[in-house]
Amino acid sequence: MSKFGDWLNERFPAREMMREHLTEYYAPKNFNILYYTGSLLLLMIVLQFISGFLLMAHYVPTSKDAFDSVQGIMYDTKWGWLIRYMHVDGVSLIFILLYLHMGRGLLYGSYRKPRELLWIIGYVIYIMMMGEAFFGYILPFGNLSYWAGQVITSIIHAVPFIGPGLTTLVRGGAGVGTATLERFLALHAVLWFMIIAALIVLHILALHQVGSNNPDGIEIKKLKGADGIPLDGIPFHPYYTVKDVFGVGVFLAIFAAIIFYAPTMHGVFLERTTFFRANPMVSLPDVTPPWYLAPYYAMLRAVPNKYEGIILMAVAIVLPFFLPWLDRNPVRSSRYRPVYKTMIIVMAITFFTLAWVGEQPPLPKYFLIERLGAAIYIGFYVLLPIISSIEPTKKVPERVRS
Amino acid sequence: MRKTWVGALAGTLVSLGLGLAQADTLATPSYTFDKPTVIAGAKLFAEHCSACHAVSSLRYSRLAVDLGMTKAEIKKDVMLPDGASYLQGMEPTMTPADAKAWFGLPAPNLSHIVRATGARWVYTYLTSFYWDPQRPSGWDNHVFPNVAMPNILAPWGGTYTKDGKVLQAGVEPKAAYDQQVADIVAFLRYASDPSVFERRAIGRYVIGTLVLLSVLAYFLKKEYWKDVHDKDETAAKGGDAKNKGAKKA
Repeated sequence: MSKFGDWLNERFPAREMMREHLTEYYAPKNFNILYYTGSLLLLMIVLQFISGFLLMAHYVPTSKDAFDSVQGIMYDTKWGWLIRYMHVDGVSLIFILLYLHMGRGLLYGSYRKPRELLWIIGYVIYIMMMGEAFFGYILPFGNLSYWAGQVITSIIHAVPFIGPGLTTLVRGGAGVGTATLERFLALHAVLWFMIIAALIVLHILALHQVGSNNPDGIEIKKLKGADGIPLDGIPFHPYYTVKDVFGVGVFLAIFAAIIFYAPTMHGVFLERTTFFRANPMVSLPDVTPPWYLAPYYAMLRAVPNKYEGIILMAVAIVLPFFLPWLDRNPVRSSRYRPVYKTMIIVMAITFFTLAWVGEQPPLPKYFLIERLGAAIYIGFYVLLPIISSIEPTKKVPERVRS
Repeated sequence: MRKTWVGALAGTLVSLGLGLAQADTLATPSYTFDKPTVIAGAKLFAEHCSACHAVSSLRYSRLAVDLGMTKAEIKKDVMLPDGASYLQGMEPTMTPADAKAWFGLPAPNLSHIVRATGARWVYTYLTSFYWDPQRPSGWDNHVFPNVAMPNILAPWGGTYTKDGKVLQAGVEPKAAYDQQVADIVAFLRYASDPSVFERRAIGRYVIGTLVLLSVLAYFLKKEYWKDVHDKDETAAKGGDAKNKGAKKA
């Protein structure tokens, strides 16, 4: 090693960390395409931080100027459109990646012992991301931002006893206005972001403590060679770093295609109603959340009573925390559990159907879909302990399949 | 298993591509969204619309940067209302007080109208006026009932009854008139998304560079992973992977 390297390593454990987390972190060799999502999420968080920093340099958090300052970024700032589209489309891509990342955890039983805490930290990150997205959503102060801010903060009203006071505290006044924008900017750019960044560090540390799962759900640490290295393990660096570079290239090409050719994704990534200035006098016919929050909104609407709807939504958000203890089958991966695999496919279809129906206007014809979807969603978690203890399984091989 | 994944990925990419291709375009008339149609639309907009409607987010000077118009051309053909400033946004000559007195409410700012409602909606709206003597202005609209704006394009496009009967033919042939309305919509579409031409011009190079990098990264990955696959084939035990990893590190 170089002289500088020695100097550094006497004072900072750079080489040690490099070994522990990269060159001597052994990952299973049978990762598939779903295993790109982790590194891509990390990349996206960094990109959101950079684009968010640049946006904040031009943004004015007052109800009078917020909309115009954002349009100033779009019309008058050099490369402003690129930065804003990166930031806005980045959110949808982060949620696509998050759903793939979590879906992978479901498919291959990655939440199972000893990875319960890893799953829980990850799921907390997801919940924090929903908050982060919501705060960011209010800032451009289009009419959708205004009304979404009003509607979502009014949910807090349902908290027993302190609800009304808490709503005023969150809004910084009786309604959504300058005070709301100021505190939401502070939450979005400082507090929430720092908590998410810290949780990501914890998530990676917890992962490296227990080691990565794989599509076969086999614990590679059980079979080690004479040198103490798992037989099916390969060092993360260079094998997966070089593989992830390829994944990053393909992903960024798709990201660029969206930014340059369909930045609003026809109103899905950037809704039409955000292009009207916030106006408390003009209410929107229906305030729908962005697609990635729509499944929960659909469940909220499935019950006509506001309080019961909020409870259903809260239960739906909390249930995945218990997943590690609800699944009682000795086999992890759905590759060897046909019944469980079917359940996950039904669950995935249900989730995206709920996302679609949550975007629709609140019409009676959708009630049945909303209720059926909510029932299947909750039913998955209720039935999992029973089905997982009686379902038939295929024989799990000793070694991973490559 | 591998084939399933490749199939799923290909399916996602194809559907994504179709989504991108299905742009917000007009079915009638056949219509291209490019710089010449936007420039034509800007001139028509200045002539017929900008006395009352602001496009305040768009500065006149952007027309030179984005569309390649000359400053002289912009001053002559687009900055028709008196008092317009080349470096400022497009503001109407009609004051809000005038608008209130004449139409009952101010004319909307059209900066983001196409992003907010869609090009198809704006085109359909502009071609859906009909004569209704009951209304104070004499005009109503199929897609915007009780609209305040009169059909100022009627002398060119013709006056119709609610059932579509011609009361008075316009001076323009129908096809030419529809094309001109489409040009105005093209201008408004550009105005609500002025980065569109710049994006389209550089997008292919950005994507091309990233695809090239991905191809290179793919071959690099293949080279590195050779020994993992070799190890699988010979089923040899031992620390090949470790040695390689240590060397590269």
